[in-house]
Amino acid sequence: MPSRPLTPSPKPNAKTLLVHALRYPETAPAFTLPEWDLLIRQARHADLLGCLGALIKARGLLDQVALQPRQHLISALRVAGKIAQTARWEVQQVRTALAPLNAPVVILKGAAYTLMDLPIAPGRLFYDVDVMVPETSLAQAELLLKLHGWGSVKTSVYDQRYYRQWMHELPPMQHAARETMLDLHHNILPRTARFHPDAEQLLHSARAVGGDAQLRVLAPQDMVLHSATHLFHEGESRHALRDLFDLDGLLRHFGADAVFWSGLVQRAQQLELARPLYYALRYTQRIFATPIPPDVCASAHAGEPGRLTLALMDTLCARGFRTPHPSCNDWLTPAARFALYVRGHWLRMPLHRLIPHLVHQTFAPNSAD
Amino acid sequence: MTAPAQPMTIGDLSPAALRKTLAAGLRFRVGAFSIVARSSLPSVAEGIAAVYPDYPILENDAFIDFAVRVATPLGARAVVRPQVNFQFDGYQPFKPLPQAQAFPLLEWGLNWCAANHAHQYVISHAAVVEKSGRALILPGTPGSGKSTLCAALIQRGWRLLSDELTLTDPETGMVIPLPRPVSLKNQSIDVIRSFAPETVFSAAAYDTLKGTVAHLRAPRASIVRDSESALPAWLVFPKYQAEVTLQLTPLNRGQALVRLADNTFNYSVLGLTAFRTLGDLVRRCDCYDFTYSELDDAIQAFDALAETQR
Repeated sequence: MPSRPLTPSPKPNAKTLLVHALRYPETAPAFTLPEWDLLIRQARHADLLGCLGALIKARGLLDQVALQPRQHLISALRVAGKIAQTARWEVQQVRTALAPLNAPVVILKGAAYTLMDLPIAPGRLFYDVDVMVPETSLAQAELLLKLHGWGSVKTSVYDQRYYRQWMHELPPMQHAARETMLDLHHNILPRTARFHPDAEQLLHSARAVGGDAQLRVLAPQDMVLHSATHLFHEGESRHALRDLFDLDGLLRHFGADAVFWSGLVQRAQQLELARPLYYALRYTQRIFATPIPPDVCASAHAGEPGRLTLALMDTLCARGFRTPHPSCNDWLTPAARFALYVRGHWLRMPLHRLIPHLVHQTFAPNSAD
Repeated sequence: MTAPAQPMTIGDLSPAALRKTLAAGLRFRVGAFSIVARSSLPSVAEGIAAVYPDYPILENDAFIDFAVRVATPLGARAVVRPQVNFQFDGYQPFKPLPQAQAFPLLEWGLNWCAANHAHQYVISHAAVVEKSGRALILPGTPGSGKSTLCAALIQRGWRLLSDELTLTDPETGMVIPLPRPVSLKNQSIDVIRSFAPETVFSAAAYDTLKGTVAHLRAPRASIVRDSESALPAWLVFPKYQAEVTLQLTPLNRGQALVRLADNTFNYSVLGLTAFRTLGDLVRRCDCYDFTYSELDDAIQAFDALAETQR
């Protein structure tokens, strides 16, 4: 991983503690026990405890952390190790099940980072494997997965219809014996969303991984755009900071190669994803000081929203990207998180579909989200 | 004023002070874990007063491993058939339970915390007691009576390491003490009461998922020595069976390893590390199947084991 800037680190306060520790993991051994007490809890709530442990371990500093917090880091790293092992195995099982499919099988998000051994993979906690196939192969892929033991966990008629009619993925599947979760996608945004990335272009540029021609991951630019799209369309507050930290790590890793930056904005425009790219660059830079070439920043303005929208997003994101722990909340946090949740849904669905859906969600609990 | 030689323990608090401290957060240590427990429920304070008097209270700036809370959820359920929730730093891992089960819920919640957030250890579902630095591990297959055996052994000179969670350190192979109150169910409660009338129990909770449950106070000597780990020496799979003669049958180590792995909560999380740790553990141990009906006979048999030269 390229080293982080050697600017002197400002003293963190309770609200900035986790972001500070992620940006300057080399300062971790010097934290006091009360700081560690809060940091461990914040990192656990943000699902970043394993990542924090991995950052400190990668610098050879784990043994210098006080024993009690070190035990929590070790514990989370062991869970992450198990998750990575499971993900690799599940990908092999999916690959075997889908072998008859005459189409590429693209692994997305966490499992892809693991397969590629990206610097953000160690310690990362994730709970399902995301797979994408061409829409024309979706029915066959679903059938093959069912034959190999995966089945839908959403059984209500409403949920089944909701996913199949409007979403970019089938209802979540679970393996009957291993109980692992799988999401089968045909695109990276819902059919009903405001923007319509062309899935064929994503599939066309996807790259083979692990010396297997059928098994693929998205090209670096597309991987960043997918991560950004996911983050700025989901409105899922618990993982907002984690997903932004993923983006920071992806940009630092792929950004070491100048080829990555050239054409990034153009690619985003091709895929109708200039807006999420703009936000991704803006907020990674603000929160994690991600190094981004000035010319890329300049051309990314193509995706800038209107001034009012931007001011609103800045206000919401200032809270949305805070650590999801009570120690970091103020009286406006719930409102900001709710607004981001509604915004995510609004971008995913036009109002005449969204309102009935949210009403259904409210009165039929344990349903799709 | 001179500082007290011993740290303050929970028993040093008056009932009123305990209730007040618990409502704000009672910070105490059990073995390797530091806990802050919060609850405004009188039954939780009473349970803690009954079985936690000997645990040391921690300073306000101590690092806390598990911040837990037992509380009544808001809403109508607060009045009609009131319930309680267990929270781990805001998470709610379980569904709410009837309020009468508040104290057992705290105990089950603390088990959950250790079993899910302490993968620095291999965590097996087993009682473990110690004599002369050597640990006797009793894995808890259902109906085995491991907790009853454990409760009896600690009344007769064995030191309590844990009645429920055997923590093995992969670095050293040693068993780490977690001397919490011993959870007993149904008839076992009366069996131990008549076996050792001087024992102290928390108030029984009836009609729980496990039947009637009460917690037995851990011996003070076990709590005082909670930083002394022990080397595994005996791995014994107990089975209670009414009116049988006692049988201690040697068990081959391969079988013992497989059965212990089956009883290990985080075996799959630790993978190879767990296999190696438990492999070493089994190699160090004499392994037995054990059938018993009388506690006195059982204790005699274990005392005899402890006497043998190794």
